[in-house]
Amino acid sequence: MLPFTLEKVTSVQAAIAAASSGRRFIAGGTTLIDLMREEVERPEHLVDINTLPLSEIRIEGSDLVIGALARMADIAAHSDVQRLHPLVAESLIEGASPQLRNMASIGGNLLQRVRCPYFRMHDAPCNKRTPNSGCAAIDGLNAGHAILGTSNHCAATHPSDVAVALVALDATMQVRGPRGERSFPVEELFRLPGDTPHLEHTLLPGELILAVRVPGGPYSRRARYLKVRDRASYEFALVSAAAALEVGDGVIRQARLAVGGVGTRPWRLRTVEKALTGKAPDRKIFETAARLALEGARPLSGNHYKLELLPRTIVRALEMTGEAA
Amino acid sequence: MTTNVIGNPLPRVDGRAKVTGAARYAADFNQSGQVYAVIVAATVGLGRVTGIETAPVEKMPGVVAVITHRNAPRLPYAPHKSYIDPATGERLHVLQDDQVRFYGQPVAIVVADTLDQAERAAAALRISYTAERPLVDPADPKARPVVPEAGKQPDARLPADTARGNADRALADAPAKVDEIYEIARENHNPMEPHATVAAWNGNRLTLWSKSQFVVNEQAEIAAVFGVPPENVQVICPFIGGAFGTSLRTWPHVTLAAMAARQVGRPVKLVLTRKQMFFTTGHRPRTLQRMALGATADGKLTSIVHEGTGETSRYEEFMEALTSVTRFLYSTPNVRTRYRLLPLDIGTPNHMRGPGEASGVFALECAVDELSYKLGIDPIDLRRRNEPAIDEGENKPFSSRSLMKCHDLAAERFGWSRRSPQPRSMRDGRLLVGMGMASASYPAFHAPANARARLLPDGAAEIEVAASDMGPGTYTSMTQVAAETLGLPVERVRLSLGRSDYPPAPSHGGSWTMASVGSAIRAACIAVQEEAAKRPRDGRPVEATASAQRDPDAAARFSMHSFGAVFAEVAVDPDVGTIRLRRAVGAYGIGRVVNPRLARSQCIGGMIGGMGMALMERTVLDPRDGRPVNAHMADYLLPVNLDIPQLEAHFVEEIDPHVNALGVKGLGEIALVGMAPAIANAVFHATGKRVRSLPIRIEDVLTV
Ligand SMILES: Cc1cc2nc3c(=O)[nH]c(=O)nc-3n(C[C@H](O)[C@H](O)[C@H](O)COP(=O)(O)OP(=O)(O)OC[C@H]3O[C@@H](n4cnc5c(N)ncnc54)[C@H](O)[C@@H]3O)c2cc1C
Ligand code: SF4
Repeated sequence: MLPFTLEKVTSVQAAIAAASSGRRFIAGGTTLIDLMREEVERPEHLVDINTLPLSEIRIEGSDLVIGALARMADIAAHSDVQRLHPLVAESLIEGASPQLRNMASIGGNLLQRVRCPYFRMHDAPCNKRTPNSGCAAIDGLNAGHAILGTSNHCAATHPSDVAVALVALDATMQVRGPRGERSFPVEELFRLPGDTPHLEHTLLPGELILAVRVPGGPYSRRARYLKVRDRASYEFALVSAAAALEVGDGVIRQARLAVGGVGTRPWRLRTVEKALTGKAPDRKIFETAARLALEGARPLSGNHYKLELLPRTIVRALEMTGEAA
Repeated sequence: MTTNVIGNPLPRVDGRAKVTGAARYAADFNQSGQVYAVIVAATVGLGRVTGIETAPVEKMPGVVAVITHRNAPRLPYAPHKSYIDPATGERLHVLQDDQVRFYGQPVAIVVADTLDQAERAAAALRISYTAERPLVDPADPKARPVVPEAGKQPDARLPADTARGNADRALADAPAKVDEIYEIARENHNPMEPHATVAAWNGNRLTLWSKSQFVVNEQAEIAAVFGVPPENVQVICPFIGGAFGTSLRTWPHVTLAAMAARQVGRPVKLVLTRKQMFFTTGHRPRTLQRMALGATADGKLTSIVHEGTGETSRYEEFMEALTSVTRFLYSTPNVRTRYRLLPLDIGTPNHMRGPGEASGVFALECAVDELSYKLGIDPIDLRRRNEPAIDEGENKPFSSRSLMKCHDLAAERFGWSRRSPQPRSMRDGRLLVGMGMASASYPAFHAPANARARLLPDGAAEIEVAASDMGPGTYTSMTQVAAETLGLPVERVRLSLGRSDYPPAPSHGGSWTMASVGSAIRAACIAVQEEAAKRPRDGRPVEATASAQRDPDAAARFSMHSFGAVFAEVAVDPDVGTIRLRRAVGAYGIGRVVNPRLARSQCIGGMIGGMGMALMERTVLDPRDGRPVNAHMADYLLPVNLDIPQLEAHFVEEIDPHVNALGVKGLGEIALVGMAPAIANAVFHATGKRVRSLPIRIEDVLTV
């Protein structure tokens, strides 16, 4: 690990000021320290933001507002979250391990780095770690990689589970930087790799995530997260799906759907949502609609199975919306 | 005098020390003035080191030394081979030349005042290479199988070729046949405790606090490597945080630690990173096996052909008992086995829990299962129809064999009668449910061992032996043997393990510690009592050292193995392919059970290992340069608590007067053997899809 300084701040203002002069925020540290130990992340100055009053979890009307520093475990265990926004709770509980969830903040979760193994290997080319060095995964081992939103420069999936749920639910984020506060859809936080895979998100220099707001809707409680993987815990998704349906008079009035493990960012599936709307919530309809998810999919040598697994995961997640968690 | 201590479910005598942190593991033995060494590993898979820029690194803060093949001492590396080393080939000589034989091979070590400084300096060291593409895939047509040198003699312990009858003709003529290829991925041991060595020289004497399952061999090997008399080397390892075989051999890092300590004239601590534990500390070799069975319509086996190949390195021929069980598990007049090695540009594999047997039995027990479906015979019944009266391979009676008793007990506890035979016929809601079973077997090995017993004036006893306890509970079970033999309560017996200056013991592996070391302790306890009886009570301790080995006559007359039966139930999600083990029941015939609590714990650990083998574990190498791409605990999947369902282990009553005076066989390995085929067979029963390649993952069962 390279040497670094660590300073604590007691106000949002001070945090932003520090970050504007090139310092990096540290929350739970579960992504950042891990990667600093491997010298993939090399910040020289860290600002510890854990003392900032940004851990609150509250319901405002039908919206859920989650402070950026709320821990994954606390959000998932919150009774209002479980009752009113079960998809958020379920996607959090399916992520990482209990130890990690106790430490990890939701703000940090959204900004976690990719799990492509070559990203951590200094002796392998990786455009994301070292711009213009090449991509070891595209012609290498890529069973875990994306089939949607890839470029010839990078095909790593965005690993967050809760981000998939937030993108499905049209959540927004509230951030503050040197030039003031703004808020925008979580979906717009993530960039596609294109030919600049080292640029992952759209935060401006110095911007601090304050909170995530999840609007409530008639579909919020008919919403499930399905994460498919080879072991039951402590593994990233091969494929995951966050699905929410509003059903009335025997037809789907609104659908919200996003998938993980397949895209270079959490992948909203609006065409599938559209295909579901107005139809009966039954398996045949789900299957027909789910096939649309593969539009534009580009498998790599090792991940053809995702073409099969993705629609199946969507179908199953849609079915699960009608089942109790 | 007997106090019936043997057979009691005594809690671990070292449990308190372990949970309070009082137990000291290799890396806990910090020495004053100690410096830290970090290995720099090759980043190419085959080639030569052409340049190392040591100068800038030598100037970095805290750096004491940068040792490479250019400035490393030429070590004598006197010939040394124990039975734990491959019989053919020569161990990796570290930093003695510029050759890179596999990805991750040590090419330098950096020594610094603090670990941080050493890590940073190691990361900064620039090395250039000429590199070629290594051959790392045993399925690559360029991989050329060789006949293992040590298997060429017909009386070899692991013969390359064996035959009785004419298996190929009988197979061709058989009314029913299974002839398939089975594949098992490379696995790494992944114990919790990393390999670690603290090395300190005092003149020409070396002390190593080093994670080892075989301290006396580590002593002998390091003495040979450095050309010092063995008595000048002391190896200390009182506790081991899991090993599964990875610490049986003495790997290059031990030599490197000792080399660095001598070079810098200070004690050196070297702890491998998790990633480095995928490089130079052995692994279960990838295997490819052809298993062919011929049978009559009523399920009598007429032929078995078993051709197995395992990967090895270019510089050593690692052999394991891949085809051994095939020769005696079932009765059949015609058997042919063939064992070959595929030398690749990888580090040498080594024994991993259930070595050889676990892999060979997977192929055999899946093939027998396949045959049972072909013939429409219940798989237990099929095994019963082929139960041999004697070991037909050795032409000897078994000292004891409880295989069918194990099947009956496990089947009953499992509820096998509730299974409907048709594949894909059992459901639980949406989920496909499958039940599968398999036999297990592992040799009841025994090696000569020694122990010292000392009776103290206050009536307590001390026992010393150079064995190890990697976690099965050796401290506890050996204490029980000593207490029972001496007629003392267990609290009055103090057992010490893991020092090379104690009476020598065999490697702590191969499931022979209870039999071998237990017998030696028993002998030492008897000897010390005899000694005490001869001597007047003068208030001084009485001491005796004794050795024990298997009665050669019994060894010649009998075939000695443990047997077991494993039953597993899986649920497979027909939509998304997730495979979850729901429960498993094992029953084992292992002779006398010294401590049922520890035995159960051993079995459950082994079953979890078998579950990993079946459904999760594999080390994936990048074919371009041989690097393991998942050398990380988040990426190398092992079962986690949420995966592990209810596991039951039962023991059939088995009295074996021939194996040894204690009547014990081994347990550690057999607990893993059989689990993988039972699960694979259950997956077939659930889905109707036969997957012959481990681990079985979602993508394998997605489309049925
Ligand atoms: C082994 C392992 C397994 C995991 N498995 C999963 C999984 O299955 N699913 C899943 O979703 N996640 C998983 N994770 C990721 C884990 O959820 C994230 O590491 C965690 O959420 C990051 O939060 P943190 O608070 O620790 O972030 P930190 O490590 O502190 O920070 C991460 C990044 O976010 C920035 N940051 C943090 N807070 C803010 C803020 N308020 N404003 C602006 N920038 C900020 C930091 O500067 C840093 O760049 C896993 C992680 C590990 C190590
Ligand atoms: S896929 Fe992306 S993260 Fe992985 S090696 Fe390529 S550029 Fe790097």
